[in-house]
Amino acid sequence: MTRLDGILDNKGTPLEKQQFTWKEMAGKPISKLDDDAFTRVRIILMNGVETDALRLKHGISRITGQLRQPLAEIRRVEQHQATMVNWLIGADHSPLETTIAYEQVAIEVTAAVAQSEPDPYQAQTYRYGLLEDFDHLYRYSAMLDRLEGKDPNNILQGYTDIVPGRPTSEHHRHPDNDLRDSYAKDEAALITKIHCALITAAEFQTHDYYQNVGPLFADPLARQLYAEIASVEEQHVTQYGSLADPMESFMEKWLVHEAMEVYAYASCADQETNPRIKAIWERFLDYELGHLNIACEHFKQIERRDPAEILGGPLPQMVQFKSQRDFVRKVLAAEVNLRSSGTQYVDKAQEPQNSLAYRTQLNSQGIAADIVSAGYQWAPGTELMRKAS
Amino acid sequence: MAHAAKLGTNLTGIQMSPKDTERLLDAVNDIHPDVPGDSAGMMAERAVRTAEADRIGSVPIPGSAKGMLKSSFDMMRGKSPEVLLDKMGERLAYERNGVRLYDAMIAKVKGSDTPDSALIGTLQHIRDEEYEHMMLVAKHIETLGADPTAQTPCADVVGVLGVGPLQVITDPRTNVEQCMNALLTIELTDNAAWELLIELAEAGGHSNIAKDFKHALDQENDHLVKVKTLMRRDLKAQVK
Repeated sequence: MTRLDGILDNKGTPLEKQQFTWKEMAGKPISKLDDDAFTRVRIILMNGVETDALRLKHGISRITGQLRQPLAEIRRVEQHQATMVNWLIGADHSPLETTIAYEQVAIEVTAAVAQSEPDPYQAQTYRYGLLEDFDHLYRYSAMLDRLEGKDPNNILQGYTDIVPGRPTSEHHRHPDNDLRDSYAKDEAALITKIHCALITAAEFQTHDYYQNVGPLFADPLARQLYAEIASVEEQHVTQYGSLADPMESFMEKWLVHEAMEVYAYASCADQETNPRIKAIWERFLDYELGHLNIACEHFKQIERRDPAEILGGPLPQMVQFKSQRDFVRKVLAAEVNLRSSGTQYVDKAQEPQNSLAYRTQLNSQGIAADIVSAGYQWAPGTELMRKAS
Repeated sequence: MAHAAKLGTNLTGIQMSPKDTERLLDAVNDIHPDVPGDSAGMMAERAVRTAEADRIGSVPIPGSAKGMLKSSFDMMRGKSPEVLLDKMGERLAYERNGVRLYDAMIAKVKGSDTPDSALIGTLQHIRDEEYEHMMLVAKHIETLGADPTAQTPCADVVGVLGVGPLQVITDPRTNVEQCMNALLTIELTDNAAWELLIELAEAGGHSNIAKDFKHALDQENDHLVKVKTLMRRDLKAQVK
């Protein structure tokens, strides 16, 4: 796929034919052991995309009456798409193992996006957030090893490094320093808008997941670790959400979101190795083309504009679902000491006092991220195997 | 449902990704932990949180006048009758869960490649006895004037304990042998728990209850032997 406007010739599956049964929605999960880690990465990403599609459409419905009916109709399909995708995760994943997979999504997908993002400020923001999710993976890996006695690499399958990034204990910032400058809707490339919608959706999902599973843990340090990292994910949603232009109309936001969904499903279908899952991505790509076409029709009626104004322009290659180790390592070496001051990135030494004070207060009764990861070094088969050898 | 273990493309181990593992180990060797120490700090903090924690909950006060009297009577004779009540609540919850586990196990065997009718019969027999035990404990909780519908703290905790076997047995992808292993865990614990419950009933001065429970223990011994034998027989036949 190189352009989206041409794709509008393809009307996709008509909405009335986008049907499900309960049994297929709650269908057979993937194999935690035998499927490639990137199959799980795509599943988690697309569940995040679908749940964000619901979120955006509910938001639009709250502020305008004229689209409530068509949005309700599309949301029903998206609810069922989200279910069918999310139910692919098998019950043999403990919540902490799924968490490891969520961080793998955050690292590998954000790294891919950071490299193809044409806007330097937006790309910098992705790199900035990336190093924090990279550190979360390290803290959660230590937790998995020391709580459940499991090897995080069983989930990661060697694709993603397990070492400290920007320390989680230094992620918590004053909200003043979480907002970012937005792209300008009339100048930004379509892919910039798509990236923003995609990564915001993924981070929102991660936040909600941690917020929901955190209290399921009995271990007080696991509960606290989830509290600490869920708060960072809320910051990330704030950060990535502010990259989008607030001057975009709700119709423009809807159009961009549908375009993002098409782009994401096309990327998944393009690279999926499990034929059964690939068929789901292809089916849902056709569904999304149907949604995009409906959005375009409403755009024309409401804004009296050509959707090509939004959807025109070239698209770079698909989201690359592969290990981004070299890029991440390079970013880690160069940018681990960056901090944010307002909407700008500064050296650690210039971090604003309000963030330091905010963090000092939060950290004053101990930091689970530090306690659970003290001295932790990943070793094949868990740190207990290394100590024994 | 597929049967037993099978060779395949399991991707979890380092042998499946030697180049990536080498790169990962390079990173681990280059970038060291930023927080000094080891897992001892985590254990120390757990101890602190344990000292600070509230309890799971309480044993309910027996509601009936008869129960109050009996409880008072037991209070005079034994130090803490609520300990026995709590453990009886635990056994009731455990046996009730056991009935559901055996129901799920029977469905599992029926869905296997070669449904074994003798095994289904054995499982049904054990299931029915778990049901009897559940009703027996409920009856004796009532004779103590307590409420068998209340969830006591130990009942709550064994509910948490039972989540693992439940998840194993109800996952359609697990095979009969994997689920028999879950039942073995259940039965081993159950066996020891009945022994203990009999001793507690006797120590609390309830010899009539202890006598009834001894019959249940005999049946539980039989369950354990059956589950161990079935597991051993099936797995050895596959290895030979």
